[in-house]
Amino acid sequence: MSDVGSEQNPVRAAIVGSGPSGFYALEALIRSEPAVLVDMFERLPSPFGLVRSGVAPDHPKLKKPIGVYQKLAGAPEFRFFGNVNVGRDVSVEELRNCYHAVVFACGAETDRKLGIPGEHLPGSHAATELVGWYNGHPDYRDLEFDLSHDTAVIIGQGNVAVDVCRILAKTVDELKHSDIAKHALEALAQSKVCNIHMIGRRGPAQAKFTHQELREFGELTECEPVVNPKDLELNETSREELADRNNRANLKSFEVLQSFAARPPPASRRRCRFHFLKSPLELKGEHRVERMVLARNLLEGKPSQQFARATEELEELTCGLVFRSIGYRGMPIPGVPFDEGRGVFPNRDGRIIDGESAVPGLYATGWIKRGPTGIIGTNRADSVATVKALLEDLPNFGATQKPGADGLKSFFEYRGVRVVSYEDWQKIDSAEIRRGQAAGKPREKFTRVEEMLSVLDEVK
Amino acid sequence: MTTIVTDNCKRCRFTDCVTVCPVSCFHGDEEMLYIDPEECIDCGACIPKCPVEAIYEDPIPEDKQHWIEINEERALMFPVIQDQQDPYPGAEERKAELGF
Ligand SMILES: Cc1cc2nc3c(=O)[nH]c(=O)nc-3n(C[C@H](O)[C@H](O)[C@H](O)COP(=O)(O)OP(=O)(O)OC[C@H]3O[C@@H](n4cnc5c(N)ncnc54)[C@H](O)[C@@H]3O)c2cc1C
Ligand SMILES: NC(=O)c1ccc[n+]([C@@H]2O[C@H](COP(=O)([O-])OP(=O)(O)OC[C@H]3O[C@@H](n4cnc5c(N)ncnc54)[C@H](OP(=O)(O)O)[C@@H]3O)[C@@H](O)[C@H]2O)c1
Ligand code: SF4
Ligand code: SF4
Repeated sequence: MSDVGSEQNPVRAAIVGSGPSGFYALEALIRSEPAVLVDMFERLPSPFGLVRSGVAPDHPKLKKPIGVYQKLAGAPEFRFFGNVNVGRDVSVEELRNCYHAVVFACGAETDRKLGIPGEHLPGSHAATELVGWYNGHPDYRDLEFDLSHDTAVIIGQGNVAVDVCRILAKTVDELKHSDIAKHALEALAQSKVCNIHMIGRRGPAQAKFTHQELREFGELTECEPVVNPKDLELNETSREELADRNNRANLKSFEVLQSFAARPPPASRRRCRFHFLKSPLELKGEHRVERMVLARNLLEGKPSQQFARATEELEELTCGLVFRSIGYRGMPIPGVPFDEGRGVFPNRDGRIIDGESAVPGLYATGWIKRGPTGIIGTNRADSVATVKALLEDLPNFGATQKPGADGLKSFFEYRGVRVVSYEDWQKIDSAEIRRGQAAGKPREKFTRVEEMLSVLDEVK
Repeated sequence: MTTIVTDNCKRCRFTDCVTVCPVSCFHGDEEMLYIDPEECIDCGACIPKCPVEAIYEDPIPEDKQHWIEINEERALMFPVIQDQQDPYPGAEERKAELGF
């Protein structure tokens, strides 16, 4: 029998997840020397992960990598199996039997909790939920957010927090020509929210958001940014941090904050106020969130390692809506080791490990490998590294031939899984674009799995 | 918005930048790299990767403005550089010379 990687016995690889890391793994595999055949499994009928359902609808340019993925999907070595949830519709064991290698690119799909009293009161949500809702992700389709209160608080100062604040701050006119989900646009049109507070536990020199994203708050139709100049007074260590060339991104954000602090008092209907050095201790309210108790913090520690320590000084903020935006978190899949602490698949250079030893044939890339940080392009270098490890392991795969998804057909039939092929997805895609045209939107997403599948029944 | 490669890139080829570009829009001649403004999505992923701070984004400083046109023109003339390459001989010295 021929060696794995030859034309007669190509490497059979499964990729679990169709976000950026999945598609960049595909790219690296098809550009590699050995012959490969790649099947990609995605739990939704629609591909592209967070580029479709995370990246903000009003940032269409940042969704352009989808064009790259569409081209990659045209490769003859590639097949797409949408609407297949790995761990539920097909087990990891079954995949291992059918493939030489399984690459997990399944992202970080849930959220981190604050772990404070009152966090579960109605009116307190994860940013993850709002993001999925306005982007039309089927899992979040039926959530409701009470936008009838005038004050919303967002905990965290990363770019996701920025997205959430900006979507709450924009007018319907600023959003209506984006691919924002119809149900979200309708709800936001009725929104009474006009005081938006973004709360950081550390100082203005440590915020994680980037300056381009921050700058947009100065350019909104009906919302102005508010920064208290006093909050920009830095301790010695933070000044040292900003003087370090490696922190030039933080310095740029700091300069934008300075420009916000220098603005005249806001005259707009809405305002977004940036707070620093405050941590939520408790959410209070009779039946739903009414107030947040915050502690003033101090920074301690060495340059670039400063952490927030709460002081005795407290304040209360009246609010009707709270979003924690403190990071995403990976979810386990049965049959794959899971690091509970970090919420990732434990791995060494992308090889999934159980304790100290590598689990043969299992790999990870993207957010489930590194944790929930990094932008779309970060995943490209990451997937190249994982695929490099995979190809180094080629000699261990033996000479056995693997059937790929042909070996899974009977399982799908038996379990009644309606597999969505890439051609099927293209039909759904066209239908979404058609639906959008009337409303002047790039697309009107289907927000339920059944809706997507019914498109396929219609055009048959 | 604009993101451009400028003079510090000459004779370097560290190419850490290209590894994180989500749309593979870096092009290169023998001397340096250029960004195709038609393809670039201004995500900024490449900027912190460049060891000699050759890449600029908006607001582009006055003395780098002319690089906008150079990137636009030369990106179209030369092939895409998608994978990391070996730095040119002397790249480390040049890096030190530039003060990095
Ligand atoms: C709200 C938000 C906004 C962002 N905006 C930007 C931005 O503007 N610009 C930028 O550069 N970066 C942005 N990012 C970061 C970027 O989206 C991530 O770096 C990137 O999507 C991570 O890629 P991934 O492939 O690891 O995960 P994901 O994109 O999450 O893809 C994972 C895929 O796996 C699928 N999946 C999960 N479990 C299973 C299973 N069991 N079986 C089958 N399939 C499964 C999921 O459905 C999903 O499609 C944003 C992130 C968030 C959260
Ligand atoms: N436009 C874009 O390019 C874009 C848009 C969205 C997302 N993204 C990317 O996607 C990734 C994820 O974004 P993200 O915003 O989820 O994560 P992030 O950038 O890591 O930000 C998380 C924020 O939550 C804070 N936080 C964490 N735990 C906390 C706690 N217990 N109490 C209070 N605050 C807490 C962090 O503060 P500390 O710093 O103190 O830990 C930080 O401000 C990032 O890499 C981001 O750049 C990019
Ligand atoms: S890393 Fe910087 S200097 Fe090196 S090739 Fe890229 S842009 Fe040029
Ligand atoms: S800004 Fe982003 S898209 Fe543009 S060249 Fe850099 S990495 Fe590529």
